[in-house]
Amino acid sequence: MAVLEVNHLEKHFGSTRVLNDISFSLEKGQALSIIGSSGSGKTTLLRCLNFLETPNGGSICVNGKTLFDAADPSTQLEKEIRRKRLHFGLVFQNFNLFPQYTALQNVTLARELMSKETGESQDTIVKAGKELLEQMGLADRANHYPHQLSGGQQQRVAIARALAMHPDILCFDEPTSALDPELTGEVLRVIRNLAEQRTTMIIVTHEMAFARDVADQLIFMDQGFIVEQGDPHQVIDHPREERTRHFLAHYSET
Amino acid sequence: MFLTVTTSLVKGLGTAMELFGLTLLFALPLGLVIAFGSMSKWQPFKFLQYGQENPGSFVRFFADLRPISALTNVIVWIIRGTPLMLQLIIIFYGPGLWFDNNIWSFSNGRMAACVVAFVINYSCYFSVIYRGGIEGVPQGQREAGEVLGMTKSQIFFKITLLQMIKRIVPPMSNEIITLVKDTSLARIIAITELIKAGEAYMKSDGITWPLFYTAVYYLLFVGVLTILFNFIERKLSYFR
Ligand SMILES: Nc1ncnc2c1ncn2[C@@H]1O[C@H](COP(=O)(O)OP(=O)(O)OP(=O)(O)O)[C@@H](O)[C@H]1O
Ligand SMILES: [Mg+2]
Repeated sequence: MAVLEVNHLEKHFGSTRVLNDISFSLEKGQALSIIGSSGSGKTTLLRCLNFLETPNGGSICVNGKTLFDAADPSTQLEKEIRRKRLHFGLVFQNFNLFPQYTALQNVTLARELMSKETGESQDTIVKAGKELLEQMGLADRANHYPHQLSGGQQQRVAIARALAMHPDILCFDEPTSALDPELTGEVLRVIRNLAEQRTTMIIVTHEMAFARDVADQLIFMDQGFIVEQGDPHQVIDHPREERTRHFLAHYSET
Repeated sequence: MFLTVTTSLVKGLGTAMELFGLTLLFALPLGLVIAFGSMSKWQPFKFLQYGQENPGSFVRFFADLRPISALTNVIVWIIRGTPLMLQLIIIFYGPGLWFDNNIWSFSNGRMAACVVAFVINYSCYFSVIYRGGIEGVPQGQREAGEVLGMTKSQIFFKITLLQMIKRIVPPMSNEIITLVKDTSLARIIAITELIKAGEAYMKSDGITWPLFYTAVYYLLFVGVLTILFNFIERKLSYFR
């Protein structure tokens, strides 16, 4: 059964239609890459999944449960959104680490705040946080503040922070776009590892080779529409649609 | 003589510090409430434009109206747009003049009126500083908290607040140092603060140096505050 099913999602800001009839599904343990030119609605799609924006139409189902349905107001209750968000994790383009907390505290904070509800002990949370940082290759940076870390290290902390909440689906919004070229490798390697461990992920990226190699499924978006979706090798190496070809050709030039 | 003047000025300083302390005690939290008011996004007439393709300008005005935000902004404008001295006079003499009811006639009434005027005035100034501080914290910080399943209040207290405090320390210290010197306005309703205490010797003994001597007190007071603010700034310099 699909972990995630998105059906006919629509989003407009005023009269600008940013997402049109977006439908796709994702199996557990699979990685989905989304590519597309600037302004095609990739960020907006991830923001809708994480309930940072409210879609104007369509539905979002996780594990067979309808989390959001534009036609059903009972799925849009403000007080339930907070819990529903936990099905998704989001890694931002510009990290958004909390500057006043150390790397480890960034990872543990949300779980500590939630421990009143979950009954988790402080020790468990800190131990899990340290393990995550170690997994990100940052064991020796646990007590550093974000401004003492490089961009690549900050992004890896952000990934650990998202993983700490055990999301069903982890979303990445251009995780390497804000990084110097020599730092992208370390972040991509971490994401590749996660893919090998069968983490369910949606990765918006401009790194075509990475998208092709790491993903099980690929979506090309243009002007708010899904133009082409399917096997990453097939879409990138042998695109069927003219618009995909045009985009990829433009990409290989730059 | 020097000793008498010094002790009487110390008393004046005590009064000034009392006004200063009480103003901060009430205006610091009230300012935050006003800041939230001015940022309120509540639009009770939003429903007017539902189902309308092209609402008229009249409908649009009410649909977009944020009454709490609009009202607080008008109040802040009036309070910041008129002199504190005038506000003090209105609050102290107003009730007696216009309503035949001097509500400040109890024993510490003058001080109470003064505190009320100062709190209203300073909480408006503080609110603008708070607002700048809160809006200066990038939206992404709040979103990162939301995505991690934090509640609105957790986000404010655990993420936004400290970043806001760091941002507002410099403008706040400016405003608070201004408050030290604004306490001298209290003499307008016959409260014996520092200046009035020093000036008294001009009338009684014909000497002017006590008036200028008050400057030393202000300088010491502000000096201590400056050290305190530098300390806070240094305490918060561990993050950016
Ligand atoms: N809050 C908003 N209000 C109005 N328009 C918005 C808003 N957010 C996004 N848009 C518009 O929606 C469109 C899609 O934006 P989005 O950020 O989703 O694109 P993107 O595919 O992520 O682009 P990029 O590759 O540059 O990140 C853009 O035209 C943008 O101007
Ligand atoms: Mg984007």
